[in-house]
Amino acid sequence: MTLAAKVLAAEANNPLIPHDYELVIGGLAFLLVFIVVGKILTPRIQKTLAERTEAIEGGLQKAENAQAEAQATLQQYRDQLAEARQEAARLREEAREQGAQIKAELREEAQAEARRIVEAAHAQIEADKAQALAQLRSEIGRLSTDLAGRIVGESLEDEARQRRVVDRFLEELEGSGTTAVR
Amino acid sequence: MTTLTLLAADGEFQAPGPEIFDFPPLYSGAPVWLTKPVILAVIGALIICVLAWTAFAKPKLVPRGIQNIGEYGYTFVRDQCARPFLGKDAERWMPLLLSLFLLILLWNFFGVIPVLQIPVNSHIAYPIIFAVTVYVIKIYLGIKHQGGLGYFKNMMFPPGLPKPVYVLMAPLELISNLVLAPFTHAVRLFANMFAGHLILAFFASVGFHFLFEQLTPLGAPLGLVGVVMTTIMTGFEIFIQFLQAFLFTMLAAMYIGGSLHADH
Repeated sequence: MTLAAKVLAAEANNPLIPHDYELVIGGLAFLLVFIVVGKILTPRIQKTLAERTEAIEGGLQKAENAQAEAQATLQQYRDQLAEARQEAARLREEAREQGAQIKAELREEAQAEARRIVEAAHAQIEADKAQALAQLRSEIGRLSTDLAGRIVGESLEDEARQRRVVDRFLEELEGSGTTAVR
Repeated sequence: MTTLTLLAADGEFQAPGPEIFDFPPLYSGAPVWLTKPVILAVIGALIICVLAWTAFAKPKLVPRGIQNIGEYGYTFVRDQCARPFLGKDAERWMPLLLSLFLLILLWNFFGVIPVLQIPVNSHIAYPIIFAVTVYVIKIYLGIKHQGGLGYFKNMMFPPGLPKPVYVLMAPLELISNLVLAPFTHAVRLFANMFAGHLILAFFASVGFHFLFEQLTPLGAPLGLVGVVMTTIMTGFEIFIQFLQAFLFTMLAAMYIGGSLHADH
């Protein structure tokens, strides 16, 4: 009996048949939501989302630019550094060359100086030797005449003759001596 | 049916039937249309408007609070429903699709909110409103973008089939597009909400009857099963309610997209 009642109720209110007042209410409710949410609010959020996308893209672009700039600056610094290194290497090389040159010059000078000193010494020695020889010559002449006079027993009083004899002797001595000594 | 009669015989348990969808006027003397589902339909529409207003009235570039939730809903509908079928036209149809989705979703959720506990869309009038709106737009756009004859030609004679097939195909496509599509569009939503509510009501009344109205050692486990099933099915129902709102919106986008471009 309850089953029958239920069937009757179901037939009386077929769930597949819409109530006409609900069609009206549903239509109005949907229209309200469509106007408020769809027509008024959706464009706003669409605009905001578009702006946000733009802002993010702008930010990304900016970041990209900044990075590129930083990269360029870094490259520039690197170039400068490399240049500076090259310059330093060049300067070092130059200094080394100059140093070597200076050293060579100094050595040359020192050698020249040494040579000069040696030559001067030689000259001095030569002069001394010449002087000594001259002194020796007169000394020898005197001594020889003294000796000869003493040996011969005869005084060689005649000064001029005496001197002539000595000179001749010495020239003979020198003439043979040059070949012998030099 | 045998179970029902058995239960009924056992302790005069009456399984809830379609009559649970009939609501009398709110108070005696009220107009016949002033029923609980009508009130819920209006309140639901108002809630959607207020929530959307707080979320989107003054949208910020950096979203806060409810705007986040609103944007989540918007992008969900846009990315899951609109874009796959409408492509670059998605933005233009978002007002309709978002309104559809939000209102259907809340009206469905009313089915599991305590005290309210009736999905508005279990009354077929509401799904009909949505389906008819989409149907009218679909036909209008189809004729506008493909021409009166072109629209029906594209609909009935999708290219790339052997000629004899069209004898069978053309009338089927015509009926499918013009009659079955809008009918299933509305009835799918309605029937899911209707059946879901019926199932919840059934398990809930089993629990109530065997644990409170007529507590017996034999009936108590059955009542317990009813309570457990009600809990499980409520969770499942929330999923179905969301799924149907999503599916309805997606199909709307698909119909509109199909009318904008004959892409067979």
